[in-house]
Amino acid sequence: MKSAHSRPLDLMNGHVDLSHGAGGRAMAQLIEDLFARELGNEFLAQGDDGARLPACAGALVMATDAHVVSPLFFPGGDIGCLSVHGTINDVAVMGARPLYLAASFVLEEGLPLADLARIVSSMAAAAREAGVPVVTGDTKVVERGKADGVFITTTGVGVCLDGVDVSGANARPGDAVLISGPLGDHGMAIMSVRENLAFDAPIVSDTAALHGIVAALLAAVPDTRVLRDPTRGGLAATLNEIAHQSGVGIVLDEAAIPVRPAVAAACELLGLDPLDIANEGRLIVVCPASSADRALAALRAHPLGRDAARIGDVIADDRHFVQMKTRFGGRRMVDWLAGDALPRIC
Amino acid sequence: MKYIDDFRDGELACALGAAIHAEVRPEREYRLMEFCGGHTHAISRYGIADLLPPQLRLIHGPGCPVCVLPIGRIDQAIRLALEHRAILCSYGDTLRVPASDKLSLLRAKGRGADVRMVYSPLDALQVARANPGREVVFLAIGFETTTPPTAVAVKQAQAEGLRNFSLLCNHVLTPAAMHAILAAPGGVQLDGFVGPAHVSTVIGSAPYEPFARDYRKPVVIAGFEPLDVMRAIQMLIRQINDGRAEVENEFTRAVTPEGNLKAQALVAEVFELRNDFEWRGLGTVPASALKLRAEFTAFDAEARFGVPYAAVPDHKACECAAILRGEKRPEECRIFGTACTPDNPVGSCMVSSEGACAAHYTYGRFREAAPVTTTTSA
Repeated sequence: MKSAHSRPLDLMNGHVDLSHGAGGRAMAQLIEDLFARELGNEFLAQGDDGARLPACAGALVMATDAHVVSPLFFPGGDIGCLSVHGTINDVAVMGARPLYLAASFVLEEGLPLADLARIVSSMAAAAREAGVPVVTGDTKVVERGKADGVFITTTGVGVCLDGVDVSGANARPGDAVLISGPLGDHGMAIMSVRENLAFDAPIVSDTAALHGIVAALLAAVPDTRVLRDPTRGGLAATLNEIAHQSGVGIVLDEAAIPVRPAVAAACELLGLDPLDIANEGRLIVVCPASSADRALAALRAHPLGRDAARIGDVIADDRHFVQMKTRFGGRRMVDWLAGDALPRIC
Repeated sequence: MKYIDDFRDGELACALGAAIHAEVRPEREYRLMEFCGGHTHAISRYGIADLLPPQLRLIHGPGCPVCVLPIGRIDQAIRLALEHRAILCSYGDTLRVPASDKLSLLRAKGRGADVRMVYSPLDALQVARANPGREVVFLAIGFETTTPPTAVAVKQAQAEGLRNFSLLCNHVLTPAAMHAILAAPGGVQLDGFVGPAHVSTVIGSAPYEPFARDYRKPVVIAGFEPLDVMRAIQMLIRQINDGRAEVENEFTRAVTPEGNLKAQALVAEVFELRNDFEWRGLGTVPASALKLRAEFTAFDAEARFGVPYAAVPDHKACECAAILRGEKRPEECRIFGTACTPDNPVGSCMVSSEGACAAHYTYGRFREAAPVTTTTSA
């Protein structure tokens, strides 16, 4: 059958225009020639307004995440794979196996179609690698200046793993705090390519899907209490959230916290603290101290957790402070970051 | 990080801490003011207080550029952005300082002002080049460290004939502020100063001689790394124990007696002394700030837009003024940590990470409350 839109989508030199979101042939062509071709799977192929999914056993987990990162392409990734990883990770740290994703695009008029194609292709690769298909989606176009290239919102659905009860409210005094790898890679990779700040550093975003390492960890340590991915606000914000949710305090050992030298140096230069910087492929684990060695071994056995470390302990503290023994020999608090040092990071 | 980690070495810190413990006289108190916000930040961030004996009292000084800027100065900048529709460029922390009418530059941005955060005055110059149809004002703040780069930007603008660039000049002088603190009747009692780091790289160590000679206060210039601070404290304790009052230099890797003569010449070429300047906390201090010289008046935003400075009283409950004079500690302010937090600062000392209140809130406030009960972990 001959396609109604006979002129092919110009993925080399074309640009997004308002017709690509208007519901007419141009939109149909964009969906067919780009989104469906790249992301294609049996559910998208249904071609309906939503996806009909098979029944599954177990409690469902659902998470959603909007991605507005600037610039769209950065060392180690782009907004496409980031939008897949971000939502998969939100589902995974609930102790669930992610099953499906939905994706919603807000495109800015004038966005080069070549950029969009690169982004969608990266998204498709990330979804394939993770084994979590994008089963439904939506596209809107706004006038030039009303958005910044492309914003992508993804929503994920997963099913809870059997016998697992993880929550930010479960940390108890005496538990151990672990991190799966070095901190600050994603945030500093983005900073290194910001227009007004570009610096030359071998820093690559850690963006990755964490459901594999989460499954490996939970198989080895089913009594894991808390899982979190320290994204915006970094380790500092996430540990403060856990401390508040669980009604406990946390004491960190600065010397045990892994930070790459290039990230530490870039933070030093910009007056930032690596503990405040966003990560997109790191996992915070809180587990009973008696399971800490097993948890560490399970993390280190996974490619995403080779540099995992035990970085602190949960204590009783009705003020819910996160404190740190500094490498220098003193103590200080590790507080939430005030303001936003790094806007548009994910 | 080579050359940086060396100055943060925990083992050396421990040994130096033990030496300081051994040298302090148990019967007396040592009241030392660290002038710079950079020192305040280092002391809090590395937990230096934990390594020092209880006889040592560190008093935070006014050396935080954002903190000493009075409300009226921020009001001027906001007027330039909101009423004169200028693109207002400044450093990040300045944007969050509370001003009149519950505004700050950041909030003015929310109301449509074009406010941009820059890392250098040269970034502001670039904004001016890129927007030839708009007025671009750089809100220049800071002590002697940030003045030379501002002078470079002004000279560059003049050389390029950039007519849409101007300066709201709030550059202030360290020695004048130290004089104001020591000369204040009934002011804070001090035994010595941990002297400025980066400021001294520019002005040298000689300008501190009058404090040793006339006020009999030892001054030890120190770098901003934690071991620098501890070593300077040890040197101050030795001077005090010996009854000496001298200017000593711990930061010899960067500071010379005469300072950076090129930078000084550049500043002198572009700026001259103001008769007086109002500081938050210190009040109106004569000859304590700079303005553009007559030949650079074209770049003076105050003159160009006719936005004269008007003094505005601080928030009634805010103790920033007394804290900047070293007379009160952050935790002695009634609204510290309640109405005034880094997320919703009432006073300027809660804004910048170099501010005494922000540093104490972010890094040190666990010290006030009851000690933490630790439970055994396996």
